[in-house]
Amino acid sequence: MRKDIITSAIGMLVLTLVCGFAYPLLVTGISQVAFHGNANGQQVFVDGKLVGSKIIGQSFGNQPQYFQTRPSGTDPADNDAATSFANYGPNSVITEKAIAANIKEYIALNGKYYPGGLRAADVPVDAADTSASGVDPDISVLNADIQAYRIAAVRHLRLTTVHSLISKYTSGRGLGFSGEPGVDVLELNLALNRLRADK
Amino acid sequence: MTLSGWLTIFIFVGVVTALAIPLGSYLAAVYSGERTFLDPLMRFPERWAYRIMRVDPTREQNWKQYAKSLIIFSLAGWLLLYLILRTQSLWSFTGLNPMGFHSPPANVVFNTASSFLTNTNWQYYGGETTMTYFSQMAGLTVENYASAAVGIVVAIALIRGIASRSGSSLGNFYQDVVRTILWILLPFSFVISLVLVSQGSIQNFSHYLSFHGIQHIAQTIAMGPVASQEAIKMLGTNGGGFFNTNSAHPFENPTGFTNFFEMVVVLLIPAALVFAYGKMVGSRRQGYAIYSTMMVMFLGAVIVCYIAEAHGSPAQHAAGLHTAVRAGSTGGNLEGKEQRFGIAGSALFDVITTVTSCGAVNSSIESFTGIGGAVPFANLSASEVIFGGVGTGLYSILMYVLLAVFLGGLMVGRTPEYLGKKIGAREIKLVALGILITPLSALFCTALATASSAGRASIDTAVTGSGPQAFSETFYAYLSQANNNGSAFAGYTGYDGTVGNAAGSHGITFADLLGGGAMLFARYAPILFALAVAGSLAGKRVSPAGLGTMRTDNGTFVVLLIGVIILVGALTFFPALLLGPIVQGLTGHLY
Repeated sequence: MRKDIITSAIGMLVLTLVCGFAYPLLVTGISQVAFHGNANGQQVFVDGKLVGSKIIGQSFGNQPQYFQTRPSGTDPADNDAATSFANYGPNSVITEKAIAANIKEYIALNGKYYPGGLRAADVPVDAADTSASGVDPDISVLNADIQAYRIAAVRHLRLTTVHSLISKYTSGRGLGFSGEPGVDVLELNLALNRLRADK
Repeated sequence: MTLSGWLTIFIFVGVVTALAIPLGSYLAAVYSGERTFLDPLMRFPERWAYRIMRVDPTREQNWKQYAKSLIIFSLAGWLLLYLILRTQSLWSFTGLNPMGFHSPPANVVFNTASSFLTNTNWQYYGGETTMTYFSQMAGLTVENYASAAVGIVVAIALIRGIASRSGSSLGNFYQDVVRTILWILLPFSFVISLVLVSQGSIQNFSHYLSFHGIQHIAQTIAMGPVASQEAIKMLGTNGGGFFNTNSAHPFENPTGFTNFFEMVVVLLIPAALVFAYGKMVGSRRQGYAIYSTMMVMFLGAVIVCYIAEAHGSPAQHAAGLHTAVRAGSTGGNLEGKEQRFGIAGSALFDVITTVTSCGAVNSSIESFTGIGGAVPFANLSASEVIFGGVGTGLYSILMYVLLAVFLGGLMVGRTPEYLGKKIGAREIKLVALGILITPLSALFCTALATASSAGRASIDTAVTGSGPQAFSETFYAYLSQANNNGSAFAGYTGYDGTVGNAAGSHGITFADLLGGGAMLFARYAPILFALAVAGSLAGKRVSPAGLGTMRTDNGTFVVLLIGVIILVGALTFFPALLLGPIVQGLTGHLY
C-alpha cells in the first residue's frame, strides 16, 4: 500500500513534467520555428495593423459592401473569446423562428440585387443555419455567388471580377473528398478592398 | 447526400482498417516485450522511469494487486488535477495565465477532475473563458495521457488473463503504463500535433489577440497551446476541447483534411487493439470476428445518421428553407455544423466520437435531426462496445463476448467455454454486473435529474424550449457521463455563464456533483469487474477444442454477438429513447 502510494505520487509528478511541460514546450518550439504563421493563428495585417485571423470568422456588421459570414451562436456574434454552439433543437419553435429571421435578414440584404428577387427557398442552408463554432470563417460557394450580385452593384464592379475573386479564395475539399468547398470571407473582403485601392 | 460524402465514409473505413492491422501487431509487440523500432529511443527513459518511481518491472501482479495499483494511481491523479485546477490563479507567475483567470468553484473542479480522470472529458466549463494555459497543460493534458493509459492497460490485463496458460499474473501495472506512454501515446501525439500545426492549428502562449476588424468592430481571438492538447485528446479518445466549441473551432480543426485526419486518429487505437487481441491470444481470427462485429454496427450507425442529416430538420422546412443539394451548396441540416466539414464530415465525426468514448464534437449534437440525434443515443446505449474508448472498448466488448458465449452455450446445451477456458457461474456473475453498472447509473441519474427541480435547473429553456428535446438533453447528459463519453446536447449547460472575463464558470452544484459521481462510479466499477474476470480466467486450465465447442471466430458468432449487444441495449434504454429522440424523429411537429 505505502509503496503504491509513493510510486503513484512520483509517477504523476514525472508524468506532469514530461507530458504537461516538456511535450507541449517541445511542440511549441518546433511549431514556432517550422510553422510560425500557423502556430500564431495566421494573423492578417493591413497597413501594419492586425485585422484578424484568416481562419476565424468575424462579423462584417451587415454592411452591404462586404461579404457576410454565417449566422453565429456566440454573444455577440463571431465572438472568438467565448465560442459556443447555438444549440437549436431540430423540432423546436425557437429554431424555426431563428432560421426564419436569418432568411429574412439575408433576403433584405441581397434580394434587391439578385436577378428575379430572392425567395426563402433560394437561400443556401449555410446562410440561414448557425455555424457550429460561431466563428466559421467560410461560406458556401452558392452563398458567395448570391452575395456577389450585391457586392458588384454596391462597389460598381463587374460581376466576373467578383466571381474570379471568389474562386481565388475558395478552398476545395480535403484530399479531394473530405468536407465541402468553402469561401474565406475575410480574405475575400480584404481582396475587394485592395481592388479599390489599386484603382 | 453527395458522392464525396459517401466516399468520405468508405475511404475512412478502408484507411482505418489498413492502419489498424499493422498497428495492432505493434501494440502486441509492445506489451509482449518484443523488439520494436522505438526500442533504441525509449529503453533508456523506460529504465530511468522505473528507477525514480521505485518500480520493479519483473514483479508480476495478480488481479487484486493490479487493481490496487490502478486505483491508487488514479487517486493520485485525481488529487493532483483537483489541486492544480483549484489553485490555477496561484500559478500565474509562470506566465501561463495571460488572461488573468481565477480558479473555477469547487463543484466545477470536482466535475472536471472526475471527468478528465475517467477519460470522459465532459465539460461544464468553456475552455477559453475558464482555464489558464497552465491548467490546460499541466492539468488536463497530463490526465489525457494518464486516463488513456489506464484504459489501455486494463484491456491488456484482460487479454493476458484470457491468454494465460498458467498462474494468476496479469503483468505489472506500472510497467504497462510506462510502456503505453513511451511507446504509443507520447511519440504518436508528438507527430500528430505537428501535422495539425502544419495545417493551421495554433501552438503558442500568447495573450489573446484584441483588435478592431476592417469594419472597426472590436474583436478578441483566443490563443494557446492548442495542437499539443488536441493530438492526445483525439489519440487517447479523451475529447475535452481546448475551446468551448471543441473540434468545431477552426484552431482545433482547421480544414476538411484535418477533420478526416482527426477522425482516423480517434479510431486508430481502439481498432488496433482488437487486432492486437487476436495476435496476443494466438488466433487472429478471434480479432477479425470482433472487428467485424464492431464495423457492422459502426457502418449501420453512420449510414442512418448521414441520411437523416442530409434530409434536413422539421424546423428548417417550417422556416421555408430548401435543404436539397444544389450546385455550390451541400444542403441538409447545416444547423450547428461547419461549412468546411459539410454534412458527411459532421455525421461521420459524430458517430465516431459517440461509438468511442471520445466525445469530441465538430458540430452541435443538440441540433442534429431526431433520427440523426438518435444515432449517438443508440451508440451510447451500446456501452462503448463499438470500438469504444482506448482499451475500454476492448474490455467492454470482451464482457459481451463472454455473455454471448454463455447464452450460446445455454442454447446448444453445452458448458460454455471461450478459447478453451470454461466459463463458470463466477465469471458470468462478474460479467453481468460489469455490463449492467453503466446503464443503471445512467438511468438512475436521469430519473433523479428529471424528477428534481435542482436537476431541471440545467435545462436551458430559453434556447431549447420544452418538449422531448428537454428530456433528451437531460438523458444524454447522464448517458454520456456514465459511459465516460463526454459529448453533450450542449444546451444542458450546467453553468450560469461567466462573470466578466476572469471569473470562470459558475456551476450548478447538483449537476456537477451528480455527473462527477456517475463518471467515477461507472468508470471504476466496470474496470474492477473486468480485472476480476481476468484474474478468474487467468487461473483456468485450457482444454483442447472438441467437436461440441462453439466457435467464436465465425459469422454465426458475429451475428449472435450483435444480437446480444442490441438486446441488452434495447431492453435497458428503449423506453427512455422513445420519450426523447425517437418521438422527434417520427414527427414533423414543432414544440
